[in-house]
Amino acid sequence: MALLQISEPGLSTAPHQHRLAVGIDLGTTNSLVASVRNGVAMVLNDPDGRALLPSVVRYQTNIAPVVGHAAQHMQSRDPFNTIVSAKRFMGRALADIPDAASYPYHFVDAPSMVQWRTVAGMKNAVEVSAEILSVLRIRAEHTLGGALMGAVITVPAYFDDAQRQATKDAAQLAGINVLRLLNEPTAAAIAYGLDNAAEGVYAVYDLGGGTFDLSILRLSQGVFEVLSTNGDSALGGDDFDQRLFCWILEQAHFPDLTPEDNRLLLTHARVAKEALTERPEVSITAVLASGLTIDMVLTAEKFNELTAALVNKTLQPVRKALRDARLNVEDIRGVVMVGGATRMPCIQAAVAALFGQTPLTNLDPDKVVALGAAMQANVLAGNRQDEEDWLLLDVTPLSLGIETMGGLVEKIIPRNTTLPVARAQEFTTHKDGQTAMSIHVLQGERELVTDCRSLARFELRGIPPMVAGAARIRVSLQVDADGLLSVAAQEMQSGVQAAVTVKPTYGLGEEDIAKMLQAGNTFAREDMGARALQEVRVDAERLIDATQTALEEDGTRLLSSDDYANILAAVQILSEVLLSTDHLAIKAATEKLNQATTEFAARRMDTHVRQALAGQNLDEISSKFG
Amino acid sequence: MVSPMLPDFKSTHFELFGLPERFELDGAQLDAAYRHLQVQVHPDKFAHLPESEQRVSMQWSTRVNEAYQALKTPLNRAIYLLTLHGINALAPENTQLSMTFLMQQIEWREGIQSAQNAGDLPALQTIERELNQAEKMTVARLAEEMDGGKQWSVAAQTVRQLKFINKIHEEIDDSYAALDM
Repeated sequence: MALLQISEPGLSTAPHQHRLAVGIDLGTTNSLVASVRNGVAMVLNDPDGRALLPSVVRYQTNIAPVVGHAAQHMQSRDPFNTIVSAKRFMGRALADIPDAASYPYHFVDAPSMVQWRTVAGMKNAVEVSAEILSVLRIRAEHTLGGALMGAVITVPAYFDDAQRQATKDAAQLAGINVLRLLNEPTAAAIAYGLDNAAEGVYAVYDLGGGTFDLSILRLSQGVFEVLSTNGDSALGGDDFDQRLFCWILEQAHFPDLTPEDNRLLLTHARVAKEALTERPEVSITAVLASGLTIDMVLTAEKFNELTAALVNKTLQPVRKALRDARLNVEDIRGVVMVGGATRMPCIQAAVAALFGQTPLTNLDPDKVVALGAAMQANVLAGNRQDEEDWLLLDVTPLSLGIETMGGLVEKIIPRNTTLPVARAQEFTTHKDGQTAMSIHVLQGERELVTDCRSLARFELRGIPPMVAGAARIRVSLQVDADGLLSVAAQEMQSGVQAAVTVKPTYGLGEEDIAKMLQAGNTFAREDMGARALQEVRVDAERLIDATQTALEEDGTRLLSSDDYANILAAVQILSEVLLSTDHLAIKAATEKLNQATTEFAARRMDTHVRQALAGQNLDEISSKFG
Repeated sequence: MVSPMLPDFKSTHFELFGLPERFELDGAQLDAAYRHLQVQVHPDKFAHLPESEQRVSMQWSTRVNEAYQALKTPLNRAIYLLTLHGINALAPENTQLSMTFLMQQIEWREGIQSAQNAGDLPALQTIERELNQAEKMTVARLAEEMDGGKQWSVAAQTVRQLKFINKIHEEIDDSYAALDM
């Protein structure tokens, strides 16, 4: 029986159609969007030809916020309403920000994430990031000429679960379908590795505006395998500015600076730092609100002295990552430099000294992450043929565990475990007759609960009363390919089973997101209804396509005639519903078809794997991949 | 979503990678088989496909990672091989270690502690070399006991020693980190 073909103007369902997908580098200082066009990854510029979008958002009364260069120009004049470096506050409460006092903001603490009081109301880092992402999405849609199927968004490798979840929430708020969260150094390794056909073990040293990552990867026959990663999610170029800013204050002895002055001097510190990459000394001159002027000279030597501790702070994670990978510096074939802050000569010198080789700087350190993300987005969108594919195997940067008696953490998934991963461990009750258990999930390397980051806390109830130590509670942790965690617990001993799945406490709930969407945010400025309809239609069409292909390939071989007919019927129903404009009905029919094909998908994969192994002589594999 | 119901994976980790069931194995062959399998099943290959296929891919990829972890290091591989022969080497009742080994590991631990306190990097490196040597010998012994003699319960004792050596190695890592401040 022939299947109904559905297509709409502009929404062709041709199976090998090029799907629009982009890579977005959501940076602390600057953000970029890139895409693969005609087989080549390129950064998409704004109408003025600029690639970098400053990650700055200025809120105003009654009009839409301004994002990028225009906002950056206003930051000294309107510091309270102009949010810079929002990435440093993703998934963070006020208590997590050690230097909060030095920022010229009106902070308001909130249980899940710190907020800013602006003229446009309370804003958090997710909302600010969503504004930036929206601008990039619109730029991409204009340049590429169509709606995006999805985006790969990069995050620092050392981002914890809360920070990752916050990034995903921001994308959702900006109307972006996240194909994958990709670690920044890994993205850089893709761009570098594919460009240079590199093989061997490489280190990626990624010092951005606010975060530092060091990843060690093995590149072999198109497989990028992360061996270890380490870093500091609160260390970056910003800290060098901050250090310089403090020095300026010390030198000038000015009392009572206004917030405008603070922002102005921070900007001057950044400009001076950047100028020092090309000159031996720079002068810093500024006129403060009081009319007083600052006029001083900063030499590269002085700058190096001021920031030596910061440079050294990046070298500890390097040594740790090497030890975790059980490698020595001699094993490293090349060191790829990523992030604008690696332009500082003091950084390049320190890295060269540690590794005993000149670091690789042939790719633009500002663009390499976005380019790698674009390449990965192209693969995830299904735009490439199998033969030219590569594969990424990334790891979880931080250990995950459960709180046990005495405030100790029992690690269940150690750091640097390859994703995706699922691990379970059994725990038991502490008291006779105990019927409930509090399960507390933590992330971090330390032994004490108080030294780790709390991710989730939930209760398992309905444990049948038993003597202490008799119950068997199985706690399962799962981390998916985005590095996001889910947790479940189950009592195994009795016939009674209870299971709970939780989302990390630091992420925003679905309700929060819905509220923000309604609150007149970015995304809501467009026609939300039309967008929702378009999204479910694209999903449904993709599903019909894929099901059709699967049936053609394996339908008669793997399905009974009943099962075949059931799937076909579900396809038929979805195809008919698709003609309507009822997005909920389309969603429901899509879900039905998804369910109908679950068993089929499992059988297909099983066959697939068996074939892959059966046809392979192992010596052949070794010579091909070893 | 956590899915406690994984597909019914009946094969052993060795079978999954098409490797003979023994302790000594060719690491390059394992690596190659692992990469070859991940290329087939990894979620990145299914990101553009329906949810049902993505779910299956996630389960398979997780399974392949688990199998690789279990075979990659000598310690994990020995533990796994013993479970295939019905022995839980790390069960609480199996904790006895020889007096000689106990004395040796106390000596190592004290050495690490005093090296850390004194900030004595060369002393730490000396202990690490000793430890590496001990690890090598223990692994060689395991190969004999398991692949040669099929002496599973004897091997279980040796595995526990290897476990201890690994633990002490972690302590050395911590000491290096503590000195690197």
